[in-house]
Amino acid sequence: MDTSHLVKMANQIAEFFASGMEREAAIAATTAHLRNFWEPRMRREIIAYAKNGGAELSDVARAAVIALG
Amino acid sequence: MQSIDDKDLGTPAAKSDQQVTLEIDGREVTVPAGTSIMRAAALADLQIPRLCATESLEPFGSCRLCIVQIEGRNGFPASCTTPVAAGIKVRTRGERIEGLRRNVMELYMSDHPLDPFECKAGGKCELHQMAAAVGLERMRYPSGQNHLDLPVDDTNPYFSFDPARCILCSRCVRACDEVQGTFALTIDGRGFASLMSPGQRQQYADSECVSCGACVQACPTDALMEKTVLERGMAERAVITTCGYCGVGCSFKAELRGDKVVRMVPNRNGLPNHGHSCVKGRFAWGYATHPDRVLKPMIRKRISDPWTEVSWQEAINYAAAEFKRVQNQYGRGAVGGITSSRCTNEEAYLVQKLVRAAFGNNNVDTCARVCHSPTGYGLKTAFGTPAGTQDFDSVNQSDVIVVIGANPTEGHPVFASIMKRRIREGARLIVIDPRAIELVRMPHVAADYHLQLQPGTNVAVLNAMAHVIVTEGLANERFVAERCESAEYAAWKKFIVDARNSPEAVERATGVPAAIIRGAARLYARGPNSAIYYGLGVTEHSQGSTAVLAMANLAMVTGNLGRPGVGVNPLRGQNNVQGANDVGSFPHELTGYRHVSDPKLRAEFEAVWGVKLDPEPGLRIPNMFDAALDGSFRGLYIEGEDVAQSDPNTHHVAAALEAMEIVVVHDIFLNETAKYAHVFLPGSSFLEKNGTFTNAERRISRVRKVMEPLAGYEDWQVTCLLSNALGYPMEYSHPSEIMDEIARLTPTFAGVSYEKLDRLGSVQWPCNDEAPAGTTVMHVGQFVRGKGRMLVTEYVPTDERTSPRYPLLLTTGRILTQYNVGTQTRRTRNVLWHLEDRLEIHPHDAEQRGIRDGDWIELTSRAGSTVLRALVTERVAPGVVYTTFHHPESGANVVTTENSDWATNCPEYKVTAVQVMPTRRIPERPTAEQIIRAAEQQIGK
Repeated sequence: MDTSHLVKMANQIAEFFASGMEREAAIAATTAHLRNFWEPRMRREIIAYAKNGGAELSDVARAAVIALG
Repeated sequence: MQSIDDKDLGTPAAKSDQQVTLEIDGREVTVPAGTSIMRAAALADLQIPRLCATESLEPFGSCRLCIVQIEGRNGFPASCTTPVAAGIKVRTRGERIEGLRRNVMELYMSDHPLDPFECKAGGKCELHQMAAAVGLERMRYPSGQNHLDLPVDDTNPYFSFDPARCILCSRCVRACDEVQGTFALTIDGRGFASLMSPGQRQQYADSECVSCGACVQACPTDALMEKTVLERGMAERAVITTCGYCGVGCSFKAELRGDKVVRMVPNRNGLPNHGHSCVKGRFAWGYATHPDRVLKPMIRKRISDPWTEVSWQEAINYAAAEFKRVQNQYGRGAVGGITSSRCTNEEAYLVQKLVRAAFGNNNVDTCARVCHSPTGYGLKTAFGTPAGTQDFDSVNQSDVIVVIGANPTEGHPVFASIMKRRIREGARLIVIDPRAIELVRMPHVAADYHLQLQPGTNVAVLNAMAHVIVTEGLANERFVAERCESAEYAAWKKFIVDARNSPEAVERATGVPAAIIRGAARLYARGPNSAIYYGLGVTEHSQGSTAVLAMANLAMVTGNLGRPGVGVNPLRGQNNVQGANDVGSFPHELTGYRHVSDPKLRAEFEAVWGVKLDPEPGLRIPNMFDAALDGSFRGLYIEGEDVAQSDPNTHHVAAALEAMEIVVVHDIFLNETAKYAHVFLPGSSFLEKNGTFTNAERRISRVRKVMEPLAGYEDWQVTCLLSNALGYPMEYSHPSEIMDEIARLTPTFAGVSYEKLDRLGSVQWPCNDEAPAGTTVMHVGQFVRGKGRMLVTEYVPTDERTSPRYPLLLTTGRILTQYNVGTQTRRTRNVLWHLEDRLEIHPHDAEQRGIRDGDWIELTSRAGSTVLRALVTERVAPGVVYTTFHHPESGANVVTTENSDWATNCPEYKVTAVQVMPTRRIPERPTAEQIIRAAEQQIGK
């Protein structure tokens, strides 16, 4: 999987939820979205990336991905 | 000529609850008020002779053959234009009436070829039928000046017009006006010089005619005849089936002579189309027997090897063995499948069942991924179910129609005709589109507002409309209070009234003057019945799902849901895109849009399927390609889908397919994807199989086999063979058994059966104990999910931006005569109208680059480049270019990028930054005549 592609997708998802919700709710909604729509190998890759710092992930996206793991 | 087994009552049905009783030829008849005497008589099995009247058209009173007498009234009124009245006594027969009719008939026949054996309409010619009915036995008039030597207009590829056989009844002209709404035909001249004329004394091919076939169907004689009937003879029987093209899902009668299709005639009783058709469904079905059809299974070890024809069993065994080898070597999740929106519900269901049960994973997806997946996400989130809210007939009760990101006259022409008729009756129209589509201004139709927005700014415009509605006090607060989640509404309201969402604030980004947005918003809000119809111009964006949610917000805040005339309605691109989704083609959902992670749900399926199911969502199509390139995904079964041509960034798709070790293409043609395939399994066209399609209004209709599968198997049978070879038995003797299984496992389909479909014609889901005859309008009283959700829809500009190097924005769409990637329509005479895709460019942009109309240009994006010819037009705004994607040579998707919708990964086809420059790279391409001649030579014609 192309990690940069996954990062972009995760950031887009987080951006949508963050625009209409408080931070914690947005994190929970992003986590739920990733769990509901992303195949496990995609989740494994983005979790590994987040655990290694996840520099390119937005604040909400990073927190959501960490919550996934 | 209408269908061979149509019963024609002469005039349309009256819409009245009041009943009127009268007497016709001594028989008491009771009919709705407003019914014509002609129809009332026909309902009582009393046939009044007629020529200019037919049930699909308003009465005209021209031929004077249908005269009757009414006791106490003077003269001989035409029964087609005279409505019934309580207590009147009508006589349809009698010496004087019959004498007058014979005189009229005699005049008609005096200028018509007399030999009934020469009539190409055979026993179906209404003129000869009526001559017999009125007892015309001899002609008193000597031969004189006549029209018998006028030349035949043979210029239309599908039908011919012989003016010598025309009786000037105007049925064709009225059909073009009333049914199709194109106004291409007229009766030109006066008296003896009168002639039916396309355009202004033009030939059909040079006129505005769109070849819908309504005129041919309306013609009572053999003046307008399908060329296939002239070549093959009159049909002997008719089979009702469903069109295999767009998501309107028109009902057709396939008329056959022996086992050969003679013509396709739209079914008058078909609820999506009410007897109307477009050029594709009516005429462009010849691809089914095109010589390019591959009828033998083929295999090859490497994609660089030549194909080897093998038996079905060898091909199936090879495919199964390879899938098993790949799974053993790389893991259970290394393979997957793609279901087809062109195949039946039953076939899509079996492919997803094969993936989940035989492959043991959820790596199944469908072409909706690249078109309407944001509709699924958006409408399910907002309303609780991912489908359009209305039936097509709902538009007949709309006061305001919003068309956004759709081009119905090209993409969904039969629904467009219904919509145009409603607009002619007075409904108002708002078009939101970067391009001046035909609906913006055409005969008797003009948009009140055209919001010609910049590609990629739908959400900004929809938010601005909502801003106007809320800030100007036009919101339906009562509806929202009763029907929507209050906390979410409060949050949304706070967001939407913010000044950043005002029309003035978004004017620069969207390119739409604030006053236009304000006017459109007020018109929509005031309705009173306002309906939204949308297409891929909404969904195929990085904010596709957001835009669907924004439309849902507009409908909720104005209360435009839950009754006829309103709603949010996706115009689905393919015949069964709705159905393929319904029956579990998405990787995260089982049938009926229920998530695979639900253990109770999985247990229900496991009990019926006899296998343990994976609780995790599978890969979506773009994820499959990404996984192929990283080596974790190695095998794919693709039924009826051409991903190499239809998916974005062709180079990326090609590299992914090349990286796989087993690609099985199951299709009727060796499509572009087959270049990367190791196994080719011949498919069957919609004429060769039994099953069902579900159209954009959730209507499930039967597809009936009218000829045997050319390659020996219907597609569902091939999937069964593959599954059996994989070690997971699938035993069905008929697709009805597959539908029974779907119904057993899916609450919204619980009441669907072939017996019911045969009895009722079609049903709209949900169809179950609560709604045994189906559901026309959804969300009446409450939403499927309970309360409607109004989510904040912040506008986020796409990452795909113009730059000095790529200063123009490319957007894409369809043309009437071609369908999607053209696999079918390019193999018909429709190539005469659209041989190549062209790039529309505004005169200003063209002049800056030294481009003239018809010049070859190079279209370059960050993803790739392609060469096609320019069409200089003001249909596009400066800074925007547009092309269709029907021809593989044009390579429209070579230039589209991998940007995608945030929620669903639906590609952002509709926004690509490009440069356009003249080129000397002129590709060699055959002419339309060469293509047709080559095909005819192949079949020895």
